[in-house]
Amino acid sequence: MSRSVTVIGALVRRALNEISRVPGAAIPGVLAPTIFMLGLSSVFGKASGLGGYHADFRTFIVPVGLLQGAGFTGAATGVNLARDIEGGWFDRLLLCPAPRATLLAGVVASAALRALMPGTFLLVVAFALGVPVPTVTGLLIAALLVMGLACVMACFSITIALRFRTQQAAPLMQIASFIGVLFTTSYAPKPLLTDWLRTASDINPVTHVLEGVRQGFIGGVEWQHTWPAFVALAGMIAVLGTLAARGLRRYGY
Amino acid sequence: MDPFFFRVVWALARRSLRGTLRRPQFIAPLVLFPSMFLAVNVGGLTRTTALPGFPKVSGFLDFQLAGAMTQSLLIGGVATGIATALEIEGGFFDRLVASPIPRVALVFGRLLATSVVAAGQITYFLVLGFVFGASVQGGVGGVLVVYLIGVVAGVGFGAIGQAIALRAKNASTVQGIFPLVLVVLFASSAFFPRKLLSSPVDTVARANPLSYIADGMRTPIIQGVGATSVTEGIVAAVLVVGGACGIALLALRGRLREA
Repeated sequence: MSRSVTVIGALVRRALNEISRVPGAAIPGVLAPTIFMLGLSSVFGKASGLGGYHADFRTFIVPVGLLQGAGFTGAATGVNLARDIEGGWFDRLLLCPAPRATLLAGVVASAALRALMPGTFLLVVAFALGVPVPTVTGLLIAALLVMGLACVMACFSITIALRFRTQQAAPLMQIASFIGVLFTTSYAPKPLLTDWLRTASDINPVTHVLEGVRQGFIGGVEWQHTWPAFVALAGMIAVLGTLAARGLRRYGY
Repeated sequence: MDPFFFRVVWALARRSLRGTLRRPQFIAPLVLFPSMFLAVNVGGLTRTTALPGFPKVSGFLDFQLAGAMTQSLLIGGVATGIATALEIEGGFFDRLVASPIPRVALVFGRLLATSVVAAGQITYFLVLGFVFGASVQGGVGGVLVVYLIGVVAGVGFGAIGQAIALRAKNASTVQGIFPLVLVVLFASSAFFPRKLLSSPVDTVARANPLSYIADGMRTPIIQGVGATSVTEGIVAAVLVVGGACGIALLALRGRLREA
């Protein structure tokens, strides 16, 4: 057990080292959610005049930016793994006497931690622009959900990376994160959505995660919005984690 | 002009197009991301057409089509830059420089290919719009105006991408300008009427040529040809292409001097 923790720690440190060694590669992923949040709120800000938002559009859209940051980070984890596969580093990693599940846990845990970076940057900018600061509980729930969604997207993009074994599959990883986060109540409350998007958001489990993050920013934290978010997250991690573990188990055979 | 120059431009354009078509991972982002964004914008914000100050439109999809085209053309510009940078990284560009061909053909060959891709992008979004119920109020003339502004602007964005690639000489730097593309796009009226933008974006949008390009493509779709914004769109696209080609040629000269 302690050896597994050591391996996971080493893989997380390696992923975090990449940020300081190649900051140019990390900057777009950190900036993009904030740019999206600022851009969307500046362009579509008047939409909150339609009613039903219970806040200004910028506050409404901040949780979307947080989840986008998690999605981008998860996708980047898959792209980095594909790069390691292409370069041969991943084959060398598989030679180490650690269970493959431990290696997967290390890569996924690194995504969870890295997701806090774009999220923190976005929140600093949002608070500076007047978005109300949620309660500590609201922030804590948001952080946990953001980290959880990064794990979900990392599991998905790892599955893709192990299947295609090339960085050229990057758009596939990014598009899934895009669809997952935006085909929800991202832009408007459910009653204002068109029928097809309302149906999509009903089916999409990320909607519950988004509502779980959003409750801290609009209104207050309520159990009825909290438990569905964590249940949805657990379900997604179970399904996509199993697929990633299966892909890793089959890799090289 | 020397016919040899046109033959070289044509040959380089064909090569670029073949390269693009062989790598669908380069084409996919040009249409996938703007399509997704279009779907979410229309699905989530369709009721905004009821806001006071929103122009009269048959549907929000009609209004958003020009925004999606502009976004796609901008991403196309980044893709042109990446393709140029990859040729520099791989050494093919140096081999072209060493061959007895007019140097400016290196820029214009790639841009000719970009214009064909831009026409393809416009076609894709028009077809997508028609499939989901949009209509072009300006009829056939309106469609031609959309193509004219779109292709000219697309070439301009491609020239900007090339200029950056010739200066940076590596694909990852060109890729790194993507967030900047988003900034420029959001600071325009590509997605929402200028009157309804929040401050200070409404002021910035007034000076942003992208606003005029997007509005120039939008007007034939939602109103018809003949409005002022069509002329403004054409002028903005021509200015962008002129300025960008000038910058790209200067960057080429700098690169040749270094070589």
